[in-house]
Amino acid sequence: MTAAPPKAPRLDFRSRGFDFASFAFTGVTGLATVFILAILAVILVNVVWHGWGTFSWRFLTTGMTTAAGGAKDMFNAGEAGVLPMIIGTALRVLVMTIVVVPVGVITAVYLTEYAQSTAWSTRIIRGAVSNLAGVPSIVFGLFGLGFFISFFGRGLDGGALEPHWGKPAILWASLTLAVMTLPLVIVATEESLRAITPGLREASLALGATKLETILKIVLPEALPGILTGGILAVGRAGGEVAPILFTGAAYYMRDLPHSLTDQFMDLGYHVFILSTQSPDIEKTRPILFATVLALLLLTLSLNLVAVLVRARVRRKMRAAH
Amino acid sequence: MGIHRGHRARPAEWLAEKFIFLVSLTAILMVFLIFIFVAREALPILFGQMNSAAARPAIPAKEMDRLKPEELREYLGLTAAEFKQLDKEALQALMEVREEEAKEAPKNPDAQVNTTQWRYLLGPHQWADSRPEERYVWQPVGRIHKYNLIPLIIGSLKTTLVALLFSVPLALAAAIYVSQLASPSWKEWLKPAIELLSGVPSVVLGFFALIVMATFLQGTFGYESRLNAFVAGIALGLAVIPVVFSIAEDALTSVPRSYTQAALALGASKWQAAWQVVLPAAAPGVFAAVVLGFGRAIGETMIVLMASGNATIVSWSLFDSTRSITATIAAELAEAVFGGHHYRMLFLIGAMLFVVTFLTNLAGDLIMHRLKDRLEGRAK
Repeated sequence: MTAAPPKAPRLDFRSRGFDFASFAFTGVTGLATVFILAILAVILVNVVWHGWGTFSWRFLTTGMTTAAGGAKDMFNAGEAGVLPMIIGTALRVLVMTIVVVPVGVITAVYLTEYAQSTAWSTRIIRGAVSNLAGVPSIVFGLFGLGFFISFFGRGLDGGALEPHWGKPAILWASLTLAVMTLPLVIVATEESLRAITPGLREASLALGATKLETILKIVLPEALPGILTGGILAVGRAGGEVAPILFTGAAYYMRDLPHSLTDQFMDLGYHVFILSTQSPDIEKTRPILFATVLALLLLTLSLNLVAVLVRARVRRKMRAAH
Repeated sequence: MGIHRGHRARPAEWLAEKFIFLVSLTAILMVFLIFIFVAREALPILFGQMNSAAARPAIPAKEMDRLKPEELREYLGLTAAEFKQLDKEALQALMEVREEEAKEAPKNPDAQVNTTQWRYLLGPHQWADSRPEERYVWQPVGRIHKYNLIPLIIGSLKTTLVALLFSVPLALAAAIYVSQLASPSWKEWLKPAIELLSGVPSVVLGFFALIVMATFLQGTFGYESRLNAFVAGIALGLAVIPVVFSIAEDALTSVPRSYTQAALALGASKWQAAWQVVLPAAAPGVFAAVVLGFGRAIGETMIVLMASGNATIVSWSLFDSTRSITATIAAELAEAVFGGHHYRMLFLIGAMLFVVTFLTNLAGDLIMHRLKDRLEGRAK
């Protein structure tokens, strides 16, 4: 017969009495957390509440011209729609994604798969990435104007009197935004590359695959969710940015939709700015203003939400891998 | 065989590696290009080669032959291509026009002043319309463009100060709660929820401050001007909260669990463990969070542009209408003549902004790295 195991002494710390300091501390910090979330909720509820009435299918699919070809009053809720702005924003974000994702992913692959973490070149690249993330958005606007438009664009024009490239355009706005969102894509991709177990790479190498083959066929497909997160975050961030496109492509008003990448465009975020600051009669504009904000928020927040969910999955996987 | 496989045996691999390395240099290249191309436009002002004086001394047309072609071209303000197309008579006519202009110009002493000189950018001056007072004026309109930077710098600092005073305590408290006190299942929800605030575009925060908050805050506090540094600062704070929160939370979480456990085992309460053990250990990270929050706040454009009222007044009152550096660039660049002194002045303040945020980012990053090295026991 085996003897019953000795019973462990039961410790009960809770019996020390009520710890008022801890309670107050938890209460104050918890309240701060709730307060921040409450502000977020107030903004969202306010926008939905006032914007819902005008937010309709007609509103999203109406342009700036009437059936007769005349121009509509863009400050009047009964007439105007946001189709040109949605198309403009979508276009600039699309072109940006095409540029930024490959560059960002390749940089992340270098940093995780090739670089030695102590090498000076790696440190400088990392430093540059985090610095790029902190550059004010208006400085990106100045850069886009100074580099893409007046240096690059005018260079392409070669001194022609009527500039074709050397003027604000979708292309330049997209490239400026691509520079701005590069750190987002790099960081997100890097995180997902690090979440992959080293064993997977080693197994592939042991089977005779080269490093490049391993990266292309094993590592990158595995990291796809993270790469997606980076792209989505970049789109969410760039979709709402106004300062970098003020001088590089956004137009106050355009009768027609843009035809090519060298055209200017109307933009959702810039339109929110125009409607809230330039309206001759703010009361009349209010419904359309809130509906435009609602459209913009739906775009950026839903993208961010998707990114957050995918990222949470990547992080769980990472914890499981290490 | 496989272990010592040389690079030369696989040219494709070698090429791919070099290509990947080259592409990864893009980030460095971009930081360089940003600095170079923003600073490039500002160089003439930096080196005092710009002259914004409304009336420049005229040279009598008879003395045209005494000038070298290059001097003449500069005096008349022509480009090299334009200069080549004009013959001598046309040039003479242009000089006569200049002479006439100088005679007819009003006798305003300010018209002689080159306002892009550093003493006018930073020091006060007795302008003709402000006599006998010395004033700091940013007023790049009309005949005499005044470019004093002091009102803009004060404006930026005022809104940033309000933003930090509002956001740092809130974000820090939330970071302590989420990282130390909340249960893990709550943490999973709270962290992304707060970070969702960073998904709200700044133009939406600006809109909210302008349309909703400004009226509400004016009703509550009863100040005079509806849009001011206070309103803009609070809205700016909303943009800063997610930055400070994420970094501070990251720093607090990276403090090893064993610190808290040891403190609790020694009889400390939850409060004492968080406040007296974890927070001091993560203090540099918290500082970094504030530094990076400052960088975010001083560089934010749309919120300040929409909610601060945009009057260039020199005043330390938080309830006066205010204009920041970023808002000035956004509001005025579209009207500035390409390559003119106003245009270059806006690039100059943009370059200043870039340098300031570059330094704050560098400092914040260094502090965070040191902290993580120390907490993970990698310090020398």
